Amino acid sequence: MAQATTKAAFRPHKLTETDKDKIQRFLFGSKEKEGFLKQLVVYALLICIGFIYLYPILYMLSSSLMNLDDLLDSSINWIPSTLNIANYAQAGRSMDFWKSLGMSIIIAGVPTILNVLSCSIVGYGLARFEFPGKKAILGVIIFSFILPSQVTMIPTYVLYNNIGILGSLKAFILPSLLAQGINAPIFILIFFQFFRQVPKVLIEAAQIDGAGYFKSFIRISLPSAAPAILTVFLFSFVWYWNESYLTQMYVSGIMTESGWTSLVIQLDKFASNYSQYAQTAQSGATSLNESISMAGTMLSILPVLIMYFVLQRYFVESIDRAGITGE
Amino acid sequence: MSKESRMAKKLEKKNKAKIKPGRLARREAITGLLFVTPWIIGCAIFLIYTMGNSFWYALNNIRITPKGYKFTFLGTGNFTQILFSDPDFPIQIVEYMTSTILSVPIVVVFALIIAMLLNGNIKFKGFFRLIFFLPVIVVSGPVMGMLSEQGAATISTIDTQTIVDAISTFLPKGMADAISELFQSMIMILWYSGVQILIFLSALQKIDRSMYEAAQIDGGSGWECFWKITLPTIKPMILINVVYTVVFISGNDQNSIIGLIQSAMFSGTKEKGYGYASAMAWIYSLVVLLIVGLFAVLLMARKDVYERQVKKAKKAMKKEARMERKVERRSARNAKKIEKARAKRKYSTYDGSGDY
Repeated sequence: MAQATTKAAFRPHKLTETDKDKIQRFLFGSKEKEGFLKQLVVYALLICIGFIYLYPILYMLSSSLMNLDDLLDSSINWIPSTLNIANYAQAGRSMDFWKSLGMSIIIAGVPTILNVLSCSIVGYGLARFEFPGKKAILGVIIFSFILPSQVTMIPTYVLYNNIGILGSLKAFILPSLLAQGINAPIFILIFFQFFRQVPKVLIEAAQIDGAGYFKSFIRISLPSAAPAILTVFLFSFVWYWNESYLTQMYVSGIMTESGWTSLVIQLDKFASNYSQYAQTAQSGATSLNESISMAGTMLSILPVLIMYFVLQRYFVESIDRAGITGE
Repeated sequence: MSKESRMAKKLEKKNKAKIKPGRLARREAITGLLFVTPWIIGCAIFLIYTMGNSFWYALNNIRITPKGYKFTFLGTGNFTQILFSDPDFPIQIVEYMTSTILSVPIVVVFALIIAMLLNGNIKFKGFFRLIFFLPVIVVSGPVMGMLSEQGAATISTIDTQTIVDAISTFLPKGMADAISELFQSMIMILWYSGVQILIFLSALQKIDRSMYEAAQIDGGSGWECFWKITLPTIKPMILINVVYTVVFISGNDQNSIIGLIQSAMFSGTKEKGYGYASAMAWIYSLVVLLIVGLFAVLLMARKDVYERQVKKAKKAMKKEARMERKVERRSARNAKKIEKARAKRKYSTYDGSGDY
């Protein structure tokens, strides 16, 4: 095929019919094979869109490594003249990086584990058993997903305040224990879909062998649901990690600070935090600039980013395996 | 009726009475409810109780005193105040509505296009999927805020101003503003489509290849295949994605209305406070539900051709089956009749044997 094109390029007057045919097939494709042009367009589109997608992150990365001169120099667009790691050090110190990181992991991790537990139990109950009102329950679950959380937010806040768990991790633990955590409806539905696909025979066999309902759930169904558990775990973790609104409201406190904080919340208050830090720091703290705030942003997403690149296979394949699209 | 048959019937009834409620089924139902109990309790506390309370709050003015909350009943006072004299809320909510209604189709169509591109025969498929899913991991209110603050949310090299100018000459100002805002935050909108791409992709991969082959043999072009095979098959996924997108946009920290509600909740002024914020939240959720409902109606209203044909065919098949049964019954009846008649020797054959 490549030969055909070179021929066409160098000796156009000697084109025979078959050559023309070949070229046409090469460019526009035939019934069996996609044409070169179409492939080219597809790849070009994908690469362009991919670049647009990555643009903010690339921008963040490059400008977080610039020093002040690079920022002001209009000839430097992308590649900084020197790799300025000091931005990261300063941003990290002003955000109290390690402490915030630990708290972030706790704030995201503990409710996530409880979410997996409660949602798997509820999903199993809905998938495995028939009982009156099941359809209504599924309807309410979907409704509670669509309903914005702001409606229930204020009474929940008052409730937490009354029972004294506002401003502590318990405010996240309680709802996730009762399968009402962030995006819990999605997780329930994922488990529901998954457990429906587990063959009933397996569970019945276990029951004939003397396992009770609960035992057959823990011993048979739960181990076979490993992909669903992983999916729910990853998504729940990421969503809790990125949730700043509710975290600020219930756990870290708006009116009074409770001491709980997370990287995302630190980022939200980055400007004021940084100016405070710059005042108290003895030396080396420059005033806030674009590079430093980009470095702060980078730091706050770095842990999940690393997690994503390590576990990307599970993230990306999760939706296939959890069977959201099956029926 | 003989005694035995009566006994037999009684016994049968007794047995039936034992089976009918189904002890096993009942036990299963109870166990099932037991498994769902955590959710039911949670729903009672976090959905029903809080929703009721929030509605009550919305009708009141609530002030926090050292003794506790002080309720003053206002009726619809909060609502009228929000709708008619709040400086920000009505404007914001109209803005939110237009931008959502405009950006949801963009997100969904864009996700579909990318999913279709990825669904082809492509090298580095995994790599591209990795990129397109990345925003789901990263996206959060403060990060987005930081990025758009630094101007990383738009591509500076593409001059959007000319497009915006062109648009604003054709459309009324409100629409043009909304659209120009869309262009300004194009990347952010595209960033919202990570999950949707994956949902579409896995739906596309489940379509039977042989359908396309059959269509191709019948002379269908790729364009026709898309409209007649791909789109009808993934239609339920479109609805799911639309709902997901609306919910995601309205629950996002970047959404200014959420911030408004929060600031109203904690504002110390006399007329604002918990009650006022609750009323805001109610209006807001009604709007969200309205938008979801609107899209659902739009997507569900007309069943597509294929579905209608299937329904028609099924109906015809049912009718045929009924007719068949009818014919069968009738023929059985007739056979019996003939048999009877023959037994009575009503029919006489020429040799008198009664056989035909």
